[in-house]
Amino acid sequence: MNILKLSAAALVASVAFAGAAAARDQIQVAGSSTVLPYAKIVAETFGETFPNFKTPVVESGGSGAGLKEFCKGVGEATIDIANASRPINKSELEACKAAGVTDVQEVRIGYDGIVFAAASSNGDMKIEPKDLYKALAAEVVVDGKLVANPYKNWSDVNATLPKGPIAAYIPGSKHGTREVFEEKIMTEGCKESGAAEVIKAAITDAKQAAAKCVAIRKDGAAVDIDGDYTETLARISANKTGLGVFGLAFYENNMDKLKVATVKDVVPSTETISSGKYPVSRPLFFYVKKAHLGVIPGLKEYVEFFISDAMVGPDSPLAEYGLVAAPDAEREAVRKAFAAGKTM
Amino acid sequence: MSQVVTPSATPAAARPRVRRDIGIKRRYAAERRFRAYGIAAILFGLVFLFMLLTSVVSKGYTAFQQTMITVPIEFSEQVIDPNKERATNPQKLLTANYPVLARNAVAKVLGVAENDRTKMREVGQMLSDSVRAQLRDLVVANPSIIGTTQSVRLLAAGDLDSAFKGQIDLDVTESNRKISDQQVGWMKQMAEAGTLAKHFNTGIFVNGASSRPEAAGVGVALIGSFYMMLIVLVLALPIGVAASIYLEEFAPKNRFTDLIEVNINNLAAVPSIVYGLLGLAVFINFMGLPRSASLIGGLVLTLMTLPTIIIATRAALKAVPPSIRAAALGLGASKMQTIFHHVLPLAMPGILTGTIIGLAHALGETAPLLLIGMVAFVANYPTTPLDPSTALPVQIYMWANEAERAFVERTSGAIIILLLFLIAMNVGAILLRRRFERRW
Repeated sequence: MNILKLSAAALVASVAFAGAAAARDQIQVAGSSTVLPYAKIVAETFGETFPNFKTPVVESGGSGAGLKEFCKGVGEATIDIANASRPINKSELEACKAAGVTDVQEVRIGYDGIVFAAASSNGDMKIEPKDLYKALAAEVVVDGKLVANPYKNWSDVNATLPKGPIAAYIPGSKHGTREVFEEKIMTEGCKESGAAEVIKAAITDAKQAAAKCVAIRKDGAAVDIDGDYTETLARISANKTGLGVFGLAFYENNMDKLKVATVKDVVPSTETISSGKYPVSRPLFFYVKKAHLGVIPGLKEYVEFFISDAMVGPDSPLAEYGLVAAPDAEREAVRKAFAAGKTM
Repeated sequence: MSQVVTPSATPAAARPRVRRDIGIKRRYAAERRFRAYGIAAILFGLVFLFMLLTSVVSKGYTAFQQTMITVPIEFSEQVIDPNKERATNPQKLLTANYPVLARNAVAKVLGVAENDRTKMREVGQMLSDSVRAQLRDLVVANPSIIGTTQSVRLLAAGDLDSAFKGQIDLDVTESNRKISDQQVGWMKQMAEAGTLAKHFNTGIFVNGASSRPEAAGVGVALIGSFYMMLIVLVLALPIGVAASIYLEEFAPKNRFTDLIEVNINNLAAVPSIVYGLLGLAVFINFMGLPRSASLIGGLVLTLMTLPTIIIATRAALKAVPPSIRAAALGLGASKMQTIFHHVLPLAMPGILTGTIIGLAHALGETAPLLLIGMVAFVANYPTTPLDPSTALPVQIYMWANEAERAFVERTSGAIIILLLFLIAMNVGAILLRRRFERRW
């Protein structure tokens, strides 16, 4: 009987304990796995620089999952910041407002380049969006007609590309990176190769026509990667003619294993991305609940610390890791907007 | 038996031999084949186990050593507190520019001039960013060391550590790796002088999560896992044992109890992510318990482990011979006394084995923790089960997704730590069983 009594007491105690510990003294962040490494660096440095605040807890799980958690409501049981590798969309913002999260502050932290790379044993590669479109689309235009993608080798698409069979490892649809890939490569390539016009002639509905442009072939040549870049790297190490999609930061940490491709003859680097020359890049964000500022200790300081030049400037730890710093004027504007309390 | 057979054996020899085909050869061959299949199956398993262990150990053993640079550091007052304000402003010592002290000390050892800014930058890159906190803690703990020179062991940066351990291919062109030829030269120079050397890495056991591989450890994850195991043990064992005793000894056998039994067996096979969803809905959204806390993780894992414990306990109770119950009842013991004085002690080894196997299962679980926010970057030690924390398998998962090379060995290192815990728990289960086991 003693065991029973003990367990009942433990159960009661643990619940009562939970009720007593109401005030949260640790910032909680969730969201994009692309922003995660940056948020971790900032959180860690924040904890070291401000010994009176605890190091924030940063969860990963994807932009969508993070924003969903973020929009659950206001209060100590909900997270304070959502990291996102894409802007919050309308339906998410509406869901937020419906749950009582009315004042959301958007903070843009910088840019992330998306690079295409193969195993380091490959020669130089030059990629044009239209080549990638032809290699990876579900249906392509041959002799003025839409047919199922007939291309087997990279060299079938463009003679300057390597001879091996087409294999591409692209981020799965739960990743924010996929959207950028579809927008900057597939849609762009669809237009450049002239397929867009053929599709427009065949399908009148604009939405369906746009979806046709970004449809990826499903015969095994293009593989969706739902995991992280480490999985893509493992796939590429196994398949030497395969092309993988990586974030710039990941590539910079694994340069000895990867050979990067130029897009439109531009080599991806911090300089080409910040100047806008390299075409495949995207801004990174985080979203803050205004109602939590001043309630959760250290939240305001954390955001201010994150957007300070010491963290996101051109010569900062985040830039060192691979973040492309926004231009000076933009960083200043972000700081001003946050200080002014501008909400969405 | 042999005595009974002997008298009839003598006349049998006299009888004419009739050769009947009883297929003895065929049956022996079948038995040999079956044995061969069995051995093949075991070998197959062993080969994979061997491959797993070699891959983990060969990648991970280096994680238990860490490259460190031991240099005499001059705690110069000029750098730490140039205006002598530390008596009035305690913040001064917390925010001083400590990395410069470490960088200058290493530069002095290497003979780099302090005004050569590009080289000084490269020297700085060889040191971990965590030297700031390390030196700050030294000074704050003992401000009297300001103005003296102390020999301090500093963490080398993750890339330097990987290069020193030979994990970065140094034959590729300089621009394609994170460490420059100059830094490799310095590394060799310091290694020869003995300034730079590998030491046992206590950090991997005690440090919390970190974005810098050289300073990352499983400390927070170990505490989180410990809290969760404690909660699972305290809740699941008594509840599971009570439920099984009732079901096995008191409950009437009817359709309703059959239904309960089927349900318990089903629950044992439910994917663990389902328990995570349940935990999110009940403990976080409904009861409002704090996210990422090991208390919730423990509660979720308790739910997950309960069916395993109930099934094991019921099997153990069933295995106690009915004669023991009958004897106890016959001597006048009540049903309660029979169970608690006689049946339960005899079933204990089986119950404990089931519990430890259930705990080991719970220790290795990640999926349900994902949904309750425990797959997270947590740097501070959790002081109570209500503070955010992670768990060992979660730490492995998070390290496996890191970009830096130095996290590869740490991932395998953490797997080794987890495996050691599992081995210890399973050995414990075997020892308990040996100690308490009774044969009839």
